[in-house]
Amino acid sequence: MGRYVIRRLLQMIPVFIGATLLIFLMVNVMGDPIAGLCGDKQCDPATAAQLKKEFGLDKPVWQQYLTYMGHVFTGDFGTAFNGQEVTELMADAFPVTIRLTLVAIVFEIVIGIALGVVTGLRRGRPVDTGVLLLTLVVISVPTFVTGLLLQLLFGVEWGWIKPSVSPDAAFGELIVPGLVLASVSLAYVTRLTRTSIAENKRSDYVRTAVAKGLPRRRVITRHLLRNSLIPVVTFIGTDIGALMGGAIVTERIFNIHGVGFQLYQGILRQNTQTVVGFVTVLVLVFLVANLLVDLLYAVLDPRIRYA
Amino acid sequence: MRGATHAKWAACAAAAALAATACGGGGGGSAPGVLSSSWGDPQNPLEPANTNEVQGGKVLDMIFRGLKRYDARTGAAQNMLADRIETSDSQNFTITIKGGWKFSNGEPVTAKSFVDAWNYGAGLEHNQKNAYFFGYIDGYDKVHPEDGGTQTADTLSGLAVKNDRTFTVRLRQKFSTFPDTLGYAAFAPLPQAFFDDHAAWVKKPVGNGPYLIDSYTKGSKMSLRKWAGYPGDDKARNEGVDLQVYTDNNTAYTDLMAGNLDLADDIPAAQLKNVKSDLGGRYINTPAGIIQTLAFPFYDSKWNQSGSDKVRKGLSMAIDRDRITGTIFQKTRTPAGDWTSPVLGKDGGFQDGLCGDFCTYDPQRAKKMIDEGGGLPGGQVKISYNADSGSHRVWVDAVCNSINNALGNDKACVGNPVGTFADFRNQIGRHKMPGPFRAGWQMDYPLIQNFLQPLYYTNASSNDGKWSDKDFDKLVDRANAETDRAKAVQLFQQAEGVVRDNMAAIPLWYQNGSAGYSDRVSDVALNQFSVPVYNEIKVS
Repeated sequence: MGRYVIRRLLQMIPVFIGATLLIFLMVNVMGDPIAGLCGDKQCDPATAAQLKKEFGLDKPVWQQYLTYMGHVFTGDFGTAFNGQEVTELMADAFPVTIRLTLVAIVFEIVIGIALGVVTGLRRGRPVDTGVLLLTLVVISVPTFVTGLLLQLLFGVEWGWIKPSVSPDAAFGELIVPGLVLASVSLAYVTRLTRTSIAENKRSDYVRTAVAKGLPRRRVITRHLLRNSLIPVVTFIGTDIGALMGGAIVTERIFNIHGVGFQLYQGILRQNTQTVVGFVTVLVLVFLVANLLVDLLYAVLDPRIRYA
Repeated sequence: MRGATHAKWAACAAAAALAATACGGGGGGSAPGVLSSSWGDPQNPLEPANTNEVQGGKVLDMIFRGLKRYDARTGAAQNMLADRIETSDSQNFTITIKGGWKFSNGEPVTAKSFVDAWNYGAGLEHNQKNAYFFGYIDGYDKVHPEDGGTQTADTLSGLAVKNDRTFTVRLRQKFSTFPDTLGYAAFAPLPQAFFDDHAAWVKKPVGNGPYLIDSYTKGSKMSLRKWAGYPGDDKARNEGVDLQVYTDNNTAYTDLMAGNLDLADDIPAAQLKNVKSDLGGRYINTPAGIIQTLAFPFYDSKWNQSGSDKVRKGLSMAIDRDRITGTIFQKTRTPAGDWTSPVLGKDGGFQDGLCGDFCTYDPQRAKKMIDEGGGLPGGQVKISYNADSGSHRVWVDAVCNSINNALGNDKACVGNPVGTFADFRNQIGRHKMPGPFRAGWQMDYPLIQNFLQPLYYTNASSNDGKWSDKDFDKLVDRANAETDRAKAVQLFQQAEGVVRDNMAAIPLWYQNGSAGYSDRVSDVALNQFSVPVYNEIKVS
């Protein structure tokens, strides 16, 4: 097990370097970030040169990358164009997005797994077909359509919620956005659980448990569900990173000032420091989430460790 | 024992949840008499000489008052802090300020507050994006060497404090309308606190306007409150303004519809069709000092040879401005008839119809003109624009359609989208434009000079197409030297005629400011910069 963990940790290093380098190059390829700072006017050359010097943009890209990574390891992510430290932006944005992600994950777990178990146990019945159709609809409708529709119905027509989330972004305000963000993954979780349950229902250990005369509830929760959840847990684990990075659409619709908002602003203003900083952290989140899932897997299924 | 552990866990979880919620509550609801308004995250730190976009400008307009102020209705520059501005030669000015003015931290506003602020704004080492506003003042080349050399002086030699209430300005050249430029935010005075602790000031700016900043959470919200000690006569008629950052103007509009927001000053293009039925009379759509044009790359010989002015004129005549402004913009744009803006008024130099036939849709003549001029360079025009914001894509496609129809050629005009505004500016700066490109101009101050000199004077700061014409330059120089205002305007109009005869840029349309508001507020108006006049809004 120890060897496996070390190997996985070592694998993270090239992925991390590769991902950050790629992002760095991509943002730089887009051209001179200072050019957009002066509005519809040309920056006067002296000020532009001065700003470039200050942000270190006058050096070759490889040197910028090395300096940047050097700073990152000391916890310095540089300064955004509006004069704010990127770490300050992160401190504002990440808690909000983490809360949103938490709400989404809870929805995925509670609704997704519950629906999955119900349909898996009643395969082919009307409930199953109904839920399957519903998930198909959810998967095929883009998130921004669901988001705007719910916002219009709940926020404007019926007045149940405020259409936008306040800067505090309390949990209560994040329920609808969280549901929108979770919707597609939720449908996948349902389908994954359903298939897994339906498959394991006929396995030997379930038959044995039933034959032993265990109560139905215990058979389902202790025996059937535990084994069926392995792929679902994997999916949810890897989904954490995807949700955090993919919240851009949801955050824009509901005016949530999280990671998506900062990334969007950063890209529009071609603010290298913001974009690279946030993506670096997101890459780390992805890697850690994947690592945890892999480790969990190794714990749950010993065969994987030796593979 | 086991129960105790469980309880501990529950307490911890609750504490964690509370910490994550970060003291909820508050949120959208405003204090009595306070209105909430939509806002965008300012791009630059909030300093007077460093703010060049509308969102930061909004705040400066609330917390600062300068020597002059532009009347929200007529656009005329009126004395605010200035008692009198005197000159005998249009080059040396003596400025006397009124007594009794203070900053909201109690510091008096003196002549030194202005001189220090202007010296700071001009200094190269301070990276102020509006530094070029001080370029007319003597000594600017020492404080802000254009060639990127090192700064050899900290202060402008053209500025001198005479006494507490008087200072003098010496310009590098004659500039008769200089006093009228002084209403621009870059010329605002700054308190000593700005220089003593700059970092703290930027976190919570202190000015001398009718509002003071109560709290500022960067990127999400700024609460401004009425400053009780404000000495001016344009005191705030409400208790304050909460500026709320929106990631998307559609969300702001939705919030306005749901009664969650009092004022949205940027109606999304997609909602323009519904806005009248949604808001009834609570929708305003007034002209602003913004003109959209198509500029040309004169550095490219294809666009700068004899006869190519005919091609440009032909293109201009092939654009059906009426139809595009009517269908795409729902009349929030007005077809342009000159190169300035209606907000200047007749006396200020606006002259509808100066462009004449060249701006009137006439497909037959357009085709003839272009053929006479040698046809489209390379057989096709590519109109470049940034695709990341606004509705540029829609109107560029419409303009191209109009041109294609007129020429009877499906491929005569195509749009050339550039991913981000920064990259668009970048390509313009490197002179890489493959053809005409979008050139929006928002005025800095309501003067005809501001619509012509920065855009068309040889090597001027925003002359992106590098157009150059000796006659135009001469006329502008003469206009600037002219002490009589009416004569100066006339000379500028003659210069504008040169722009027309060469079709240096195709004027498309004047842009309006649009805003919608809730039934809680009244007396809402936009000034010529399309910024709401906040201090006049009443909250019921």
